[in-house]
Amino acid sequence: MTQAAVETHDLTRRFGSVTAVEKLTLRIATGEVFGLLGPNGSGKTTTIRMLCGLLEPSEGGASVAGIDVTVAPERIKQRIGYMSQKFGLYEDLTVAENLDFYAGIYGLTGAARRERLRQVIEFIGLGTRLGQLAAELSGGWKQRLALGCALLHRPPVLFLDEPTAGVDPAARRNFWRAIHELARQGTTVLVTTHYMDEAERCGRLAMLSGGHLIALGTPAEVAAQVGGGGTTLEDAFIILQERDER
Amino acid sequence: MMRRFWPMFRKEFIQMRRDRLTLMIMVGLPVIQLLMFGYAIQTDVKHLPTVVLDESRTPESRDLIAAFENTGNFRIVDHVDGRPALDRAIAQGDAQAGIVVPYDYARLLGRGTTATLQVIVDAADPLASQAAINAATSVAAVRNLLILARAAGRASAPLEARVRPRYNPGLRSPNYIVPGLVGVILTITMVLVTAMAIVRERERGTLEQLIVTPITKTELMLGKIAPYVGVGLIQMTAVLVLGRYVFDVPLTGNVPLLYLIALIFVVASLSFGLFVSTLVRTQQQAMQLSFFFVLPNILLSGFMFPRQAMPQLFQWVGLLLPLTHFLKVLRGILLKGVGLEALWREVAVLAGFAIVMIVLSVQRFQKTLD
Repeated sequence: MTQAAVETHDLTRRFGSVTAVEKLTLRIATGEVFGLLGPNGSGKTTTIRMLCGLLEPSEGGASVAGIDVTVAPERIKQRIGYMSQKFGLYEDLTVAENLDFYAGIYGLTGAARRERLRQVIEFIGLGTRLGQLAAELSGGWKQRLALGCALLHRPPVLFLDEPTAGVDPAARRNFWRAIHELARQGTTVLVTTHYMDEAERCGRLAMLSGGHLIALGTPAEVAAQVGGGGTTLEDAFIILQERDER
Repeated sequence: MMRRFWPMFRKEFIQMRRDRLTLMIMVGLPVIQLLMFGYAIQTDVKHLPTVVLDESRTPESRDLIAAFENTGNFRIVDHVDGRPALDRAIAQGDAQAGIVVPYDYARLLGRGTTATLQVIVDAADPLASQAAINAATSVAAVRNLLILARAAGRASAPLEARVRPRYNPGLRSPNYIVPGLVGVILTITMVLVTAMAIVRERERGTLEQLIVTPITKTELMLGKIAPYVGVGLIQMTAVLVLGRYVFDVPLTGNVPLLYLIALIFVVASLSFGLFVSTLVRTQQQAMQLSFFFVLPNILLSGFMFPRQAMPQLFQWVGLLLPLTHFLKVLRGILLKGVGLEALWREVAVLAGFAIVMIVLSVQRFQKTLD
């Protein structure tokens, strides 16, 4: 088996008396596109935030790119890319200024910086919009810019927290093409979603419900684990959601 | 170390330049405040509208009334011919003082007994009435001395106190207000602007993005406040230049030294703004908390009201405010022309305040979301 890019064991996070994530154990191999699927409040975002060092685990542990999140959360930050639901763009800066800012923050300098900026701009296809304010971009373009900003330092692991919320289907398809391209180049991608078509595009999935892991495997395996043979992923998801609401 | 400071600084600077509203507040606020405080606030009350009831109608009484007018504190707006008219004028606010010279004034004066005159003052406004009371008392005192000296056969009064109001010989309000205004404006804008700048990133979700990058807390905070140091010094320059040329406020002392100390004060205020930003969640809370801090600064620092008149407790509270110390520096350098030898204690306190605030806010600011 290849080297694990992300590993968690009994990862738990409580907010007061509420347990958002309970005893989550996962192993994600390098180069995988791994989906965290679950309804709102199932613990997806909390999990990603713990893996990025944004939240401290209450119990258990995790390592990302070989670094323990409880020991060295700051060292992880140079080795991950993170894209949140809000994209984290400065809307009053232009496309070029946003990219330039994050390049500086990730410590890129000189010729290496120029070369990397050129590559990323080409990859996300924003070359003609460099002078436009981020606020003027459509949802799809904002998403690509946010992805570009998260990629500048060539992170081995990329976390995407509901990256396509509010983005039209065509843009979403282009986005996923880019994600698979990154995975082919060896980037490990962990993505949370509640869109079924997105979940289908992941190599493997973990389905969460109420902070628990309830199914793990390829999209077809997960559907079968939740609903029995012949169930689609969408059916499985609905079964789950109804179970949660009860 | 600190290599991520510059990208942060650049970004903050571009955003500041693009934010028209903030820019207007930063430039407009000092100018408007200066004109408002400079023109409107005159603590030396002059030309109080006054009505006169002269029952004596003699050369002596006219002489006395002229003496009142010559003090510059009274402006005779009307002569009335009865108490009811005088009372009405004061009650309606047409006049704020009334001078009554009784019908036997000249007779009693000539006879060598005590002649009385009455000065009625509208004390609903204590500051205005105080000036009138002082002026009235001194008019009487001066005349008494003249009469007594003449009676004793002396050419002049036996004693005269020669008061020299040093550093502000004309006792002009702008000389007192404008230097203080530099400190007040810096306090308001610096605290508010930084508090808002961090909270805005939190509200827009960019702070979450920033804290998953390798930027350190110190780089983030210093990069954030550094552009505003420049803004503060520009504001200060605007107020000083306008003060000099519009209000004729002298720039007596070592101005470069003043800028150096102002730099420390600006950093202290900015760090306090950072500290505020670590205590609140929304821009609205940041605004409220900032004003909660600014108000005591204006009231207790000695900007408008003399600290010596305050109860001991509030004098102590005032000592905790950076503005109190900076005001001493401003007035010390601009009006008195003194240097570090007289102001090192204030400088030490300001530096201490800045360091404590930076340490506190770096400590309180967490690169996590909980």
